[in-house]
Amino acid sequence: MTTPLLELENLHTFFYTDTGVARAVDGVSFAVGVGETVGVVGESGCGKSVTALSILRLVRPPGRIEPGSVMRFEGKDLMALDESEMQHVRGNRIAMVFQEPMTALNPVFTIGDQIGEVARVHAGMNKREALAKAVEMLKLVGIPAPEQRAGEYPHQLSGGMRQRVVIAMALVMNPALVIADEPTTALDVTIQAQILELLGDLTRRLGTSVLLITHDLGVVAENCTRVIVMYAGEVVEEAATSELFAHAHHPYTEGLLGAMPRVGGEKDRLATIPGTVPPPTNWPKGCRFRDRCPYSWERCEAEHPPLYQIGGGHTSRCHLAEEPERRQHPHPPLAAQRGATAA
Amino acid sequence: MTAPAHADASPLLSVRDLTKHFPIKRGIFGRAAGAVRAVDGVTFDVAPGETLALVGESGCGKSTTGRAILRLIEPTSGSVQFDGQDVLALDAAELRKLRRRMQIVFQDPFSSLNPRMSIGAIVREGLTIHHLAEGGAADARVHQLLEEVGLRPEYASRYPHEFSGGQRQRVGIARALSVEPSFIVCDEPVSALDVSVQAQVVNLLQDLQRERGLAYLFIAHDLSVVEHIADRVAVMYLGHVVELAPVAKLYGEPIMPYTQALLSAVPAPEPGVKRERILLAGDVPSPANPPSGCVFHPRCQHPARDAACAKIVPPLEEKTPGHWAACIKQPPTTVSWDDQRAAGATNPPEFFLPRAALHRSA
Repeated sequence: MTTPLLELENLHTFFYTDTGVARAVDGVSFAVGVGETVGVVGESGCGKSVTALSILRLVRPPGRIEPGSVMRFEGKDLMALDESEMQHVRGNRIAMVFQEPMTALNPVFTIGDQIGEVARVHAGMNKREALAKAVEMLKLVGIPAPEQRAGEYPHQLSGGMRQRVVIAMALVMNPALVIADEPTTALDVTIQAQILELLGDLTRRLGTSVLLITHDLGVVAENCTRVIVMYAGEVVEEAATSELFAHAHHPYTEGLLGAMPRVGGEKDRLATIPGTVPPPTNWPKGCRFRDRCPYSWERCEAEHPPLYQIGGGHTSRCHLAEEPERRQHPHPPLAAQRGATAA
Repeated sequence: MTAPAHADASPLLSVRDLTKHFPIKRGIFGRAAGAVRAVDGVTFDVAPGETLALVGESGCGKSTTGRAILRLIEPTSGSVQFDGQDVLALDAAELRKLRRRMQIVFQDPFSSLNPRMSIGAIVREGLTIHHLAEGGAADARVHQLLEEVGLRPEYASRYPHEFSGGQRQRVGIARALSVEPSFIVCDEPVSALDVSVQAQVVNLLQDLQRERGLAYLFIAHDLSVVEHIADRVAVMYLGHVVELAPVAKLYGEPIMPYTQALLSAVPAPEPGVKRERILLAGDVPSPANPPSGCVFHPRCQHPARDAACAKIVPPLEEKTPGHWAACIKQPPTTVSWDDQRAAGATNPPEFFLPRAALHRSA
């Protein structure tokens, strides 16, 4: 990895709900280097999006970033910034691209107003300069007839066009980091290809780092240099993309890769991960993946696994790192034995 | 013309020239000022026990097709034959009877289950409506159905909000199965699910098909799931079926340039393999105002594309046995060169298959 741009250390974000404390992000540490594109993958409910919101300090009550969480960005401690300093970081230095472009845009303002607003608020431009900037950004993200489009409203654009607008908004201030939370999940595959191509091309040209949150491992394989796998509020594996796909270590990662149908792949029965992510108010003791794991043994119940070093920057939160011979003896996971959602 | 059918089985479902136009109304009298041609002359067959996948981008008319077949939306014209019965001619009572044989599983497991009904009541409703079982026999049947879809029988007394997306989709499947249909329209049944859960539901659908000889119309936009589950695939674009072929042929040698572009856009889950992409210019045109001739021609990358493509509506024709496609520039074609020239053609048909469209390394 290059010089770190963003470093998270022991990030805890909890939600204090009526049914208990939801430990949505429970001790997450990772770093994103300058110009690097890092993927974050995992099922819904693993804490991916809450991690992203935490970095921008957009967690609202009853949620709270716990004391002791460390987030360093461009040498600054994000936790120590006051709200106005944080506002400067948001939009100027870190920008976010959300999943649903329709809800990320305000339906009663024109596209030009909304992109221009970023320039007015963060660069102090006047209305005319801001509109010119908006048109320039629309051109940059490949929207035809940008002058005309700037005067249109979000509902007049297709889903793919809207997502281009959202990307344009994110890049107005030339931020150092773009956090893209499932940027293409709501889009068709042909549009997804266009958008990812665009995002990759622009960030390469501008030297922007990208934290790409997705559940689609195909998207990760093509766009990310490094992958972070999250499960139950924790990082369970981290590796260079090629290493992760060739030598997945954590049984959860193995399960995700096996469950993915591949075009041109073998047409065997799909591998499944029985059961579901447990509720964040009640993470299991020991290894949190234990119930769904085909290798689990006594130690996994007794001892919460640390992130083991597998070598070459590859880490895995699984005791198999110390007892690799256990991999030879898979068994039906507990979740399948209970038959709750046996596949 | 013979229909794009499975080679050697008499069809369970035959759809011919199915059309659904939604009128666009203007003014206070609601005069029709045009129509959204959501489904525009769709023809295909589904054989017993077969999975025909219907793929395409949002707005291409695939869901409308599925719903029009079941008459959840009344089609504008065309014909639908199910097991020899003319579905579009049935009155309400006859249609209700037929719904025992044709069921649907919806995309969104959150909005397709009534939150005020217990799981047991949801699965049981079909049994009651069709007088299939009552009292204790119905309870037993509900429990059996829940077990078949991998849910615990005691869940019958619980409510939808207590379940995850994957579990709810299992309830939706159990509900469809309760009346013992022979055909199920699966409308994006796994699109809302995580990949691990998606695999569970795909496996379940395949197991049930094997055990019960079910036929599926599997509507989806995820081409990797479709390759896994389908026997044949129909590709839709702007209300038209533009290609229809057995799954291996479609993925191995896609003929229609739109299918080629669609396949090239699927991400390859192998790092380092940066796929070549056929990036389609622009967006899908509005179905209220579709392009003339071939609906795909404004975005087409076929090197022989010319003025004739904007004039001649390409017939869905059999290019190789069992492989149907609608393109007058991909030989062989029944649209003669003379006819093409009369429509302004300058480029004779010439076979085109870009490497970017292929996923298997040959």
